[in-house]
Parts: sequence; structure tokens; C-alpha cells
Amino acid sequence: MKNQILKFLAVCITLSIGISTQSCKPKDAGSAITGDAASKVYVAPGKKDEFYNIVSGGFNGQMSVYGLPSGRCFRIIPVFSVFPENGYGYSEETKPMLNTSHGFVPWDDLHHISLSQTNGEHDGRWAFGNANNTPRIARIDMKNFRTTEIIELPNSGGNHSSPFITENTEYVVASTRFSVPVGETDVPISSFKKNFKGYISFVSVGKEGQMDIAFQLKMPGVSFDLARAGKGKSHGWFFFSCYNTEQANTLLEVNASQKDKDFILAVNWKKAEEYLKQGKGKKMKTRYAHNLYDEKTHTATSTIREEVTVLDPKDCPDMVYFMPCPKSPHGCDTDPTGEFIVGSGKLAAVIPVFSFTKIQKAIADKVFDGDFDGIPILKYDAVLHGEVQKPGLGPLHTEFDGKGNAYTSFFVSSEIVKWDIATLKVLDRVPTYYSVGHLSIPGGPTAKPHGKYVVAYNKITKDRYLPTGPELTQSAQLYDISGDKMKLLLDFPTIGEPHYAESIPASLIAPNSVKIYKIEENQHPYVAKGEGQAKIERKGNQVHVSMTAIRSHFTPDNIEGIKLGDEVYFHITNLEQDWDVPHGFAIRGAANAEILIMPGETQTLKWIPDAVGVVPMYCTDFCSALHQEMQGYVRVSPAGSNVALKWGTGDKAPKDPALSVK
Amino acid sequence: MKKTSLIITLFGAMLIWISCGNNGAKEREKEAPFELAKVDQQPEVHGTEIKEVKLTNPLDQAMITVGKGIYDMKCGACHKLTGDKLVGPGWKDVTKRRQPVWIMNMITNVDMMLEKDPEAQKMLEQCLVRMPNQNLTEKEARSLVEFMRKNDGEK
Repeated sequence: MKNQILKFLAVCITLSIGISTQSCKPKDAGSAITGDAASKVYVAPGKKDEFYNIVSGGFNGQMSVYGLPSGRCFRIIPVFSVFPENGYGYSEETKPMLNTSHGFVPWDDLHHISLSQTNGEHDGRWAFGNANNTPRIARIDMKNFRTTEIIELPNSGGNHSSPFITENTEYVVASTRFSVPVGETDVPISSFKKNFKGYISFVSVGKEGQMDIAFQLKMPGVSFDLARAGKGKSHGWFFFSCYNTEQANTLLEVNASQKDKDFILAVNWKKAEEYLKQGKGKKMKTRYAHNLYDEKTHTATSTIREEVTVLDPKDCPDMVYFMPCPKSPHGCDTDPTGEFIVGSGKLAAVIPVFSFTKIQKAIADKVFDGDFDGIPILKYDAVLHGEVQKPGLGPLHTEFDGKGNAYTSFFVSSEIVKWDIATLKVLDRVPTYYSVGHLSIPGGPTAKPHGKYVVAYNKITKDRYLPTGPELTQSAQLYDISGDKMKLLLDFPTIGEPHYAESIPASLIAPNSVKIYKIEENQHPYVAKGEGQAKIERKGNQVHVSMTAIRSHFTPDNIEGIKLGDEVYFHITNLEQDWDVPHGFAIRGAANAEILIMPGETQTLKWIPDAVGVVPMYCTDFCSALHQEMQGYVRVSPAGSNVALKWGTGDKAPKDPALSVK
Repeated sequence: MKKTSLIITLFGAMLIWISCGNNGAKEREKEAPFELAKVDQQPEVHGTEIKEVKLTNPLDQAMITVGKGIYDMKCGACHKLTGDKLVGPGWKDVTKRRQPVWIMNMITNVDMMLEKDPEAQKMLEQCLVRMPNQNLTEKEARSLVEFMRKNDGEK
């Protein structure tokens, strides 16, 4: 009897729950959304996101900033590409940021983000990004979300394996996907095996963030692909995946896919530091640019440096080892404990997981399987923790939730697969739309991931959005990973190619965000600290206008005495000292861009007048109810004209002498 | 045996119900590890109301010098020292028209003034440009008041 009552109750409850949970079931593969997805990503108007998602823009050379879980984009940070929207790369102050040994380079391809760490955790100080084409690393200050430093990398051909970071931000690394000839460089391309080398740079990061190439490792000519630092027990080591150990120089698609196994390179960088101290490094002449933005002068300077120190493994035993890794490894990711290193062979049917403990033992016991160009190869079985069997097709990258689980992206089979690091068992899989590249878990590459979400950065969007002709939006997808099963919550479009990203709790960044620059601290050589200091100086054919902007007028706003052949520099100081009151400046016919000037800042637009006449200028950033009135004129006279240099605003504006006679 | 399977069914059903029925957004707010409101508390905004200002005579010459420097850098673009309006009203006789506490709050706590004070609101209707927060401390604002008193002929 009791049993029957219980049975009846169970049937009733199950039925009623069944009805109420209908909406939880995925309707079809296309939506695959559970009923409460909207509420999980809804951030009400005026409310803020829980995480900053710093996303690389790939071929747009920028970073963009999104909120998670909303997927709202609220900032683009120009890094390696000029940005006419705010004048980055166009203003005189920011042009030096894009200087290189090749001169001014206005574009690059920014693939990876690394956020600075302390004790293996995000600390919210800086974001680093790599330039893949003209090899560089940039540092972005997370207090003002601006690119403040860029260092070029000599002896490199394509800085892909970068800017991965050690657990106390001791180093960001840079290794090349293109080995290149170094020294004697005018050599036949087919002499690859003989002349080409793959240099790895260890760029030290100072207390204030300053970057310096501490040393380079001269490695055999292969293609370095990705990297991760050891952490915790493996701190002091760095792991780099590499492909093309075939050393092919043409049709790599086929010729670099011949071998059953390529390598993951294990670098003992603490050992490298010892060799450096012992003087084993060789100074080498080269040329590379180092560009630094000064927040006090509001100006960047570019310096060409001419020397690097190179460590050759041939002179430095026990510093580097190769580990065989199946089929063109791409991702090379260390788990939060630092014990496991996950290799992802793009063409492999398994995911090998290496054990740091076993690596140390194999090195101690010299369990080698020959060498590659003199560098010992550790025996695969001796260093392997195990393989994840049949995980999917085309594994690329792995991140971690801090609960013993790994999440690997699969490009070919277009899915994210969750698996257990200890048992190597696959636990769950979800489709991505389509062809995921990198994935990112907040804090995923650190010792203390925040879990909660994984974002897929997809390579193909196809039919997910309203079509916009042949060129479509790029996109990302947000999944909830707080439960056993991953759940798709949101698609969101992205700026540029969302190559890789890191996410960080807003609490580590938002409270430190700069609101204004203090005008008292402005040390720009042409600052006007108040309208009384607004002035114009002529130095030959260069005319320097120290101009002020405040809601809603420029001083001076009438300028006469400019002549054809002059180069005019508008140095504009924004006198405002309140948050969110930038002014902008544009002048007709300027052959570059506008500039935006933040409160308390000075920025300079260069203008070369090309015709006689009166030329309008105005404020471009809507600043007040009288923003439209924030405008003025520059009179341009013929070369050799005797129109005097005069300027002013209001009753100080230049007067027509003919009128004053009457 | 049957009982066990029933309990499992019940328990399982409960789990499904819990996992589907929760309100994600609400939960997230609870979990948010810091108070989002704090983000809006800018150290640059010295937005606490000033209730009392003590004036002394003779005028403090040191304060006047500081006040003049601030005027040149941060105020002169919009305020003339005569009675003429530029962007904002001219300063001539401002210390006779306004209480010092009104002037200082207008400088350091302008958002509050434009929201609450009818006189300040009247000025906004005339000028149409919000008086900017120029990031002055209370002490700096007090120096400006001294400079204004000097400008108005006080000794």
C-alpha cells in the first residue's frame, strides 16, 4: 500500500515536472539552446558584466573588449594598426608606436592575448599581444586600455608563438613560425636545412612593465607554433609546439605533414638564466625598434636597438629537450597544476598528455630517443601521462576549469570536447557554429581558472547572422560550463577575426580604470595649461599652434598668417578635468585623420595646407549642447604673403584692419 | 528495490527541475564578487556636500595666488573676471550674489547642484553648457573663493 502511494506520488510529480521542463530540451541542433539561456546572459540596462573579455582582432591588428556573459563589445584598442577613429598612428604623438626597423608599419596581424600574472593568477596590470607579420610584442596598460609599449623581435620571421607568459610575468616569449636565415641572409631558399634557424626570444618584463629582449635561443629551423609556460611545480620551464620538423620550404601543407610525430620543445629557462650569468650568451649585431609611450608627455618615442644576446643550445647542455608529439602539434597547454602538458596534433586522432614529473625523470635517467640537430629527444612513452582516445577531429587548443577538466577545441569536427585530465575519459561534447579555433575560459590558462564559461572563437560564421554580402561577421559563442554538461548560451559577433582571448574578473580592472589625465601633470612640450597659454610659434615653415579645447570652443579659433608651404601642427590640450568629456579635432583636407583628446591630454594633428583660402576646423566628439558651435577658421595665404601671424578667440580674434580704420 | 528506483526517479526529476528553474541573472548578481556600484565612485569627483565655509579678513594672500593659478588653468576659458558672460557668467560680484558655500559646491559638487539647486538649474538654462567638474579639491575651491573675493575688491 505504502509502495502504491509512493508510486502514485512519483508519477504525479514526474509528470508535472515533465510539463514544466519542456522548454529545457533542445529543439534542434541549430538552436541547441536551453530555456533559461536568455536570463543567463542578460545584463540589464545600466548593469555591468562580470568579466572583461579581451579578444584579439586577428587581421585587424587590434584588440577588442567585450563583457561576459552579455557578449557586448564596448571598446576597440588599436595596437598594431592605425585607427583613424581616434588618431592612433596618425597623431604625431602615436606615430612612433608603429615604427619598426622597416620604418612606419601601419598594420599587423594580432593573434594572441596574454594577461599579466602574479603567482600564476591574473593581476589586471597589462595585456600583451603579438604581431604575427612584422614580429613584435605590444603591452597594453589595463588602467587606460592603451598600447603603451611595442618591442620588435629581430631574427624572427613570423611571431606566432607569442606572447605567452610566465607565472609572475617574468617573461613573455616570442618564437617564429617562419625560420629564416640569420647572419648571411642572401641564400637560396632551398638551403633551408643548412641556413635557416628558428629563434626564440625571452622578453623580460620589468616592474613598470618595460620590455627588453633578455636573450634569444638559437634553435634548429622548424616552425614554432604555440607555447605555454610551466606553472607551480613546472615553473621555470616553457613548452613550445613545433611543426615542419621535416624542414620543408615549399608546399608545407604536404611536405610538413610527412612525419608521424613532430615535437614539443621543453625549455628550462631558469637554466638559460644561469648560462646567461655565466657569460655563455653571444652578443649579436642586429636592428629592432623599441617604442614607449610616456603618459606625462603624452608622447611616444621610438628607439632603434642594435644588439641581442643569443644562447646556442650547443654551448648550453641540459637547457632544451624535444618531446615527440603526434602529427603537427598546434596547441601546447599546461594545466592549472603545472603537471600536465596537453599537445594537440592538428592531424592526430589522439590528444597526448605529457607529465612534468615523468619529463624530469626521463631527463634524469637520460631516456632519450636520439637527437634532432644535437638536441636530445625524450622518449615518447617515458614522458607520456596518457592519450585521450578518439576525442574528435582536428584538436587545436585546450583550456581548463580548475576542477580537473580540460576543454579542447576541434576545428574539423567543429566542437568543444570536455575530458577528465586524470582519467583521460571524454565527458561531454557540444557543437560549435562553425569550426572553432581558440577557446577561452575566464582564467583558463592560469593556475586558478574561474570556470563558469567557455567561449568558442569560430573561424566560420556562414548562416548564423543576417547575410552582409560575401564578407560576413566573425563570431564567438558562449557556453555555460558550471554543470556536468556544457550548454550553449549565446552567439555574439566580433570585430576582426577573434583569434584568441582571455577573460578576467571585472573586479581586477574596473576599480583602477583611469578617468582623466591631470592637467597639472601634463608635460607635453606644446601643452597650453589654460587659455592664457594658447599661442602660435613659427619656426621657419613649421607653425606650432598650442590650442585649448573646452566645452565648447577652441582657443584660438581664428588663425591668420598661415602660408602655402607651411606645415601646421595643431597641439590641442583638452582643458576638461571630468570623466567622459573628450574633444575631437578635424580640419578640412587633412591627409590623415581626426584626433581625439582625452581630458587633460595634449595630442597633435599635422596639416599641410594645399590651397589658398579660409579653411574650417571643428570638434568631432559631441561634447555639449553647443558642440556644433565648437568650430573655427584658418586663413591660408600665398607663399610670401605679408599677412601677419595673428590668432585669438572672441574679442581677441584677429580684426580686419580695413574695418577698424572706419 | 522498487522503493530505491522510485526515490532515484524522484530525486532525478528534482534535479532536472532545479537545473532548469533557476534564474541565472539573479544568481549572477548575488555571486558578483565586487560591488559594481563602486566603479562609479570616482576619486576625481569630490562629491560630498560642503556645509559650511568660514571667511576671514584680511584676505589670505597665499590662497589668492593659488586661486589665480587655478583660474588661469581651469576656469578662465569660460569665466571672465568682469561681469560679462562668456560660456559661463562673469565673476564680477559673484561673492556678493552667492554664498561661499554655494560657490564651493558649484565647483566641487556640480552634479549635486545641477540636480538639486534651483539657482544652479537656472544658470544651466541660461548657459546650456553644464558647469564642468574641473577636478578641484575642497581646499583648491576655497582658494578660488579667496581669489574671487579679491576680484570683488575685498581686502
